[in-house]
Amino acid sequence: MNMRQQMVKTLEELMACDERLVVVLAVISYSLFNQTTSAFAKRILNLGIMEQTMVSVAAGIAMEGFIPVVHSITPFLVERPFEQIKDDFCYQQLSGKFISTGASYDYSTEGMTHQGSGAVQILRSLPGMQIVVPGTPGEFDALLRESYANGANTYFRLNVQSNPREYPVRFGKLAVLKRGKQATVIAVGPMLAAVLPAVENMDVTLLYCTTVAPFDGETLRETSQSSNIVLVEPYYGGALTPDIWAALQQSPIRIEAIGVPHQLLTHYGTPRQHDEAIGLTPQGIRCRIEAFLA
Amino acid sequence: MLRQHGDESAHSTLDVLWVLYDRILRYDPKNPRSEDRDRFVLSKGHGPEALYAILAAKGFFPIASLKTFMAWESILGSHPDRNQVPGIEASTGSLGHGLSMAVGMALALRLKKSERRVFALIGDGECNEGSIWEAILLAGSRQLSNLTCIAMNNHSSSLELGDLAAKFAAFGGLPRRSMAAHMHKSMRHSREEMTHARWLLSQRSNSELSISLSAEEKMKT
Repeated sequence: MNMRQQMVKTLEELMACDERLVVVLAVISYSLFNQTTSAFAKRILNLGIMEQTMVSVAAGIAMEGFIPVVHSITPFLVERPFEQIKDDFCYQQLSGKFISTGASYDYSTEGMTHQGSGAVQILRSLPGMQIVVPGTPGEFDALLRESYANGANTYFRLNVQSNPREYPVRFGKLAVLKRGKQATVIAVGPMLAAVLPAVENMDVTLLYCTTVAPFDGETLRETSQSSNIVLVEPYYGGALTPDIWAALQQSPIRIEAIGVPHQLLTHYGTPRQHDEAIGLTPQGIRCRIEAFLA
Repeated sequence: MLRQHGDESAHSTLDVLWVLYDRILRYDPKNPRSEDRDRFVLSKGHGPEALYAILAAKGFFPIASLKTFMAWESILGSHPDRNQVPGIEASTGSLGHGLSMAVGMALALRLKKSERRVFALIGDGECNEGSIWEAILLAGSRQLSNLTCIAMNNHSSSLELGDLAAKFAAFGGLPRRSMAAHMHKSMRHSREEMTHARWLLSQRSNSELSISLSAEEKMKT
């Protein structure tokens, strides 16, 4: 089961027992939902291909006491209706859950219109917006269940590829996977699959981040034993840099921000080929860390 | 100078809003978020002065608050904020959002099996926004009989829109009746030709018909 299938499963389970949940769609993924189960079929609204209106409609639904879950492919959920998310949810202080599928260059054959490497940075600009980047379907399930009724706006960035191993994760908390002295490495969501082998036999602290916002600066402060901080993100690199500066402002630090480079990715092929072209592989990440620490 | 556009917007909406709040909408100013209320969304959020004045006159907040309009500590800005102004349902200002939010409210009321209604006021200038047409397509296809959209055509659109009512009908709305060339004799902008194209976004019912008629009767006085 991939993350998108997990989304459907988790939402259907939650909808069956919580009548406040309403799923608002613009065609994408509608066919994956069970449309005949009378218990909640009426609360799955496929509006047609109109993402601006999808988000505003969801805000109107939130005004009436429901918890809307809005879903589409990353650029059509985050970038096209960004102003609707900003005005209708953030400024109006309503609560909605935004779940995108197809992260960064997951849909590599579709070209740049279907890439979403900027979504996290864009949403990070909104005060109070929570950003969740799970690494496996099970982690997504746990994080959605924990946060869906928290009254905030939460964005879930779903990846096509998942990490081979699942960790017990908690919303808003970094997981401490390893402790060491040479550097503190923060791996965000699906980057852990490449970071774990990259830091093998290295004397580093490894923190696994599945909640990008609000960032768990406290755990970083408590566990970091080095002034060398390595950040590995699966989208445009450096989104967490301000949070790291803020958490460690008492001590002088250096940051190496590894992520998707801020440039146009014009190739097609597979996500794996993109990983290799931009160095988001175990070898590529290890080289960057070694050079940073040299 | 800065407020010129807003002034016109405010005056152009006054009579429609008065009819709504005096004759049509159900609400309790002491309990502005009561479940048993009709919802009104000022989708064309600029020029909310008329709405503020009516909300104050109907007891949502003290009339004295009107004097603070746009001041530092005022609850009343030149675009309305639902979290600051009692009686405001939606924070609007960016054109093209309000009608879609009203569609969402109407869908939600239907889920709740509520009989309360949603009204949205849009402007012809706002009808340049694509999201307005998304919302009309959607409301028409969903047969939202609990939603009434009032389009105010005061020719502020820089695009020639032609017959607005016909356009709404083509997108799935049911134009109720239009009052062409309704002159604002009591208004400073009396030269302004007003067309109130009002339409219902699903099949008519007797109650909807009477609501619409009462609105027009009042407007003619």
